[in-house]
Amino acid sequence: MNPRRTATGGRVNRQRPVRFTFDGTAYTGHAGDTLASALLANGVVLAGRSFKYHRPRGLLSAGLDEPNALVTVMRGKVREPNVPATMIEIHDGLTVESQNRFPSLAFDIGAVNQLAGKLISAGFYYKTFMGPAIGPLKGTRFWMLCEHVIRRAAGLGRAGEAPDTSRYERMNAFCDVLVVGSGPAGLMAASAAAEHGANVILAEADAHAGGSANWSGETIDGMLAADWAADMAAGLRERPNVRLLRRTAVWGCYDGNTLVAVERVSDHKAKAGPGEPRHRHWVIRARSVVLATGAFERPLVFPGNDRPSVMLASAAERYANEFGVLPAETFIVFTNNDSAYLSTISLKKAGANIAAIVDVRQDVGEAMRILASEAGAELLAGHAVVATEGGKALRGVKVQRFNMTSGTVSGEARSLSADGLLMSGGWSPAIHLASQAGAKAEWDNGLQAFLPPAPARNSRWLGAGAFTGNFSTGGALAEGHAAGLAACGAEPGETSLPTAETTLGSPEPAPVFEIKAPGKAFVDFQHDVTVDDVRLAHREGFVSVEHLKRYTTLGMATDQGKTSNVAGLAIMAEARGLPIPDVGTTRFRPPFSPVSLGAFAAERYGDLRPERLTPMHDWHVEHGATMQPAGLWFRPQIYGLAGETIEQAYVREAAATREAAGIVDVSTLGKIAVQGPDAAEFLDRVYTNMFSFLPVGKARYGLMLREDGLAFDDGTTWRLGDNDFLMTTTTANAGKVMQHLEYFLDVIWPELKVSLVSVTDQWAGAAIGGPSARDILAACVRKTGVDNKALPFMGIVHGTIADVPVMICRLSFSGEMAFEVYSPADYGTHVWEALMEAGRPFGLVPYGMEALGAMRIEKGHVTGAEIDGRTTARDLHLDWMLSKKKPFIGSAMMDREGLIASGRIQLVGLLSLDGRPLGGGAHIVEAVDQENPHGSIGHITAACYSPALGKYIALALVEGGKARHGSRAFISDPLRNRYGPVEIVSHHFFDPEGSRMHG
Amino acid sequence: MLITCPYCGPRDLSEFTYQGDGNRTRPAPASQDLDAWNAYVYDRLNPAGDHNEIWQHSGGCRSHLRVVRNTLTHEISSVGFVRGDAHARKPGARK
Repeated sequence: MNPRRTATGGRVNRQRPVRFTFDGTAYTGHAGDTLASALLANGVVLAGRSFKYHRPRGLLSAGLDEPNALVTVMRGKVREPNVPATMIEIHDGLTVESQNRFPSLAFDIGAVNQLAGKLISAGFYYKTFMGPAIGPLKGTRFWMLCEHVIRRAAGLGRAGEAPDTSRYERMNAFCDVLVVGSGPAGLMAASAAAEHGANVILAEADAHAGGSANWSGETIDGMLAADWAADMAAGLRERPNVRLLRRTAVWGCYDGNTLVAVERVSDHKAKAGPGEPRHRHWVIRARSVVLATGAFERPLVFPGNDRPSVMLASAAERYANEFGVLPAETFIVFTNNDSAYLSTISLKKAGANIAAIVDVRQDVGEAMRILASEAGAELLAGHAVVATEGGKALRGVKVQRFNMTSGTVSGEARSLSADGLLMSGGWSPAIHLASQAGAKAEWDNGLQAFLPPAPARNSRWLGAGAFTGNFSTGGALAEGHAAGLAACGAEPGETSLPTAETTLGSPEPAPVFEIKAPGKAFVDFQHDVTVDDVRLAHREGFVSVEHLKRYTTLGMATDQGKTSNVAGLAIMAEARGLPIPDVGTTRFRPPFSPVSLGAFAAERYGDLRPERLTPMHDWHVEHGATMQPAGLWFRPQIYGLAGETIEQAYVREAAATREAAGIVDVSTLGKIAVQGPDAAEFLDRVYTNMFSFLPVGKARYGLMLREDGLAFDDGTTWRLGDNDFLMTTTTANAGKVMQHLEYFLDVIWPELKVSLVSVTDQWAGAAIGGPSARDILAACVRKTGVDNKALPFMGIVHGTIADVPVMICRLSFSGEMAFEVYSPADYGTHVWEALMEAGRPFGLVPYGMEALGAMRIEKGHVTGAEIDGRTTARDLHLDWMLSKKKPFIGSAMMDREGLIASGRIQLVGLLSLDGRPLGGGAHIVEAVDQENPHGSIGHITAACYSPALGKYIALALVEGGKARHGSRAFISDPLRNRYGPVEIVSHHFFDPEGSRMHG
Repeated sequence: MLITCPYCGPRDLSEFTYQGDGNRTRPAPASQDLDAWNAYVYDRLNPAGDHNEIWQHSGGCRSHLRVVRNTLTHEISSVGFVRGDAHARKPGARK
């Protein structure tokens, strides 16, 4: 039996021991325990070290608001840091480590930070690491070194390096009513909606439905509230239209009632069931939402309020009633409100000694006085705790008289002995999800809390229970029922509601948040923000809540300030002499509680991109191609021979093409069928040059601009019939061009009768070029001639290759006599192989993207590297394509001052003068300065070794461009440490007259 | 966010592509009024409230839709074809 375990009561199964280890020590708990309750049952109160000062910390709460007891769960070598001990259900073999301590939790070297407390107050980093502006350390990296050491010393758990081997999954769900929270209000709401036939999802963050009913010790309908809740939950589970999700924290509320949740499916098991993921991520679209998320009890702020065994009154009550654990033997209760008296009685019934109740209020109601005497506690009304005593565990407290009006303490300090101090500073409704949905919280002066506003008439969420500030169980039952009906559009009818034992006392706390006395008093436990930090922020002018939060990091820890926000605001309000609502509150952001990264990713890890493969893909791979991604496509980079470098391979391929013939797969080019009576007119509007005069059976190179006059895309368009064009685009822009054309047809020119169909995947394309290209085609093409007369430059013919119908257009990217052969995609490999076969006697070689790139650089053709969204047609020497006979997209804007200014970057060629390669992205400068690179006049867009010239060459965009032809410049490439002289030349390196392709 | 495409029904945001401010008026193609072109290409209202927008159902029927969306709440108060219903394809209708 655990030393602190009660004989009876709670949900734990005392017959079933569970063994786990914490920091290497083996402990035994019971089935039904959380790690928190099991540690307390074993008398372990030291659970962690604080973020900044390394102060010893114990459990503050019993739920997901826990800021102190954050631990690392070990699953083999996989570490999961920063999990609240309150949210871990123990199972046999559970292995847990404490955090932020070295060498051990009990003896932590980092605790010296407590001595330096004054030095490391809020803003410490900003003030310190700007570095000394004067003195011997000026300009040194000394502070950077310190920062490294200090950053290691502060913090939470350490992330692991082993890959997470668990499985995660994601789920989409739809429902009429989503109820968040399964306390009395949530259970009533779910049940009312379900009875009216609504599809209901009820999400509960804890392991069991019931919320406060599990530990309030109250009675509902004459039964223990916990049993009533269990019955309700069992009833709901039997309904086919209800899905009860336990261990499921709803962490976000997004547009259109899309709520997101994470379900801890198998964390509580020693071994996940077959097919079970560890976590399951839910995206739930709900017609309406009932928020029954309850409320968080607030700590009081006083010196030493963070010592282990100082905890929230409701937390102790929950440990006693739900888990059968008394966190201490003798308690002192410190409160500003009545709810703590009810917790006291609960604990007394569970067997605890209550030494005293310290109440800041002088006027304590008669009912509460009776409860205090029933609990056997001395009532110290008009008193406050001013200090706690003990080391890593509480020994006692000091109390003094307290004047609520002046907020001051006076008189002799009296010492009281106890090993547990319970505090209650009032309650804050968990309004996070409503705040995420855009609701602006309203301050309630009576309840001293921010409440959600009354939902607007057409609001997509409703609230019930403590969430709305209605803290009585009877109220929660009634509100839950009403919200459940309203959520599914049912009229409120005559129903007999369950009756709850009346809650005694007033829900309104005294407006006291802080006891001013010497010593560190913590506001935000998880981020170690003290009351002095908040005042410092005020003194230094960070007075708005947004600044306060960022300057002190108040409320920015993983608990999102669940226990600290309101006290922080109250202290700032007092410093500014303003009422709390005038200081305001920050808006809550998702996630409400931490979500594992695995759950976000679920099965979506690794390379998620779909792969687009051309019809000839397998052929390339079988013939030694190195495949290279191009967007979603894969294209051959080189067809390397044994022992060849990439450069050797592409030089061989390009040289062979210029000497005999080469073939390249161009199936990836975007292809759009533009058809209809207005197709020619449409093309005239979208291209800068004329297409309406293009005869049937001819192709033309076209350029498109954007609306702002900059170059957009280029490609050839083939006229297959009067009203039938085949447009090709660059591989990269295929989707964008399609969308661009669709936009203009649908939005700007709906009167044009044109239809657009993407046919990229319908056609396989092979470009065959070189002096022997025509002979190769002549050897295999049937049903059409391919001579100069039948197939002139830019001509199109239809024929067959190996009995497959093909479309051939004579156009050239390589600068050679070249043809693009299009065949139905399914026959792509068949036609390709026939071409290869026909080309064998001529020395035909397949070539990849590197050779294609080298040949286009030699020819000075532009691609996406030059049409980069910043260049105009003129910059690229394409102004000959700008028709003056018609308006086109971009024609009005392309002549703006800045776009025609002299000195703009312009396309040029570069020759390497030191015989070494040039690199894409390198800057061009007039003089090299390696120490302080500056004075860029342009950059390299593409570079290669030119087999035709026998030199390293590049295309570049250089200021002044053409005017610099024949002049010398330098490349400056500090990243690759490459500097060297180049000559600026025309971008037409090779065969500028085009005699080879016109042949 | 859900957008109710008049052709396909309510669909998730991820199926749509934002295609810009729906309040823009394109000058006549031959217009040389640079101010008007400037306004069309660059000027945006950026209202806090209802905003007239064009979305393409790029992951569906590819229609362009005129959507009125509240920029503060993301609430969508109307959706229609940009072409107008007369031009729009009808479900099941042959072209």
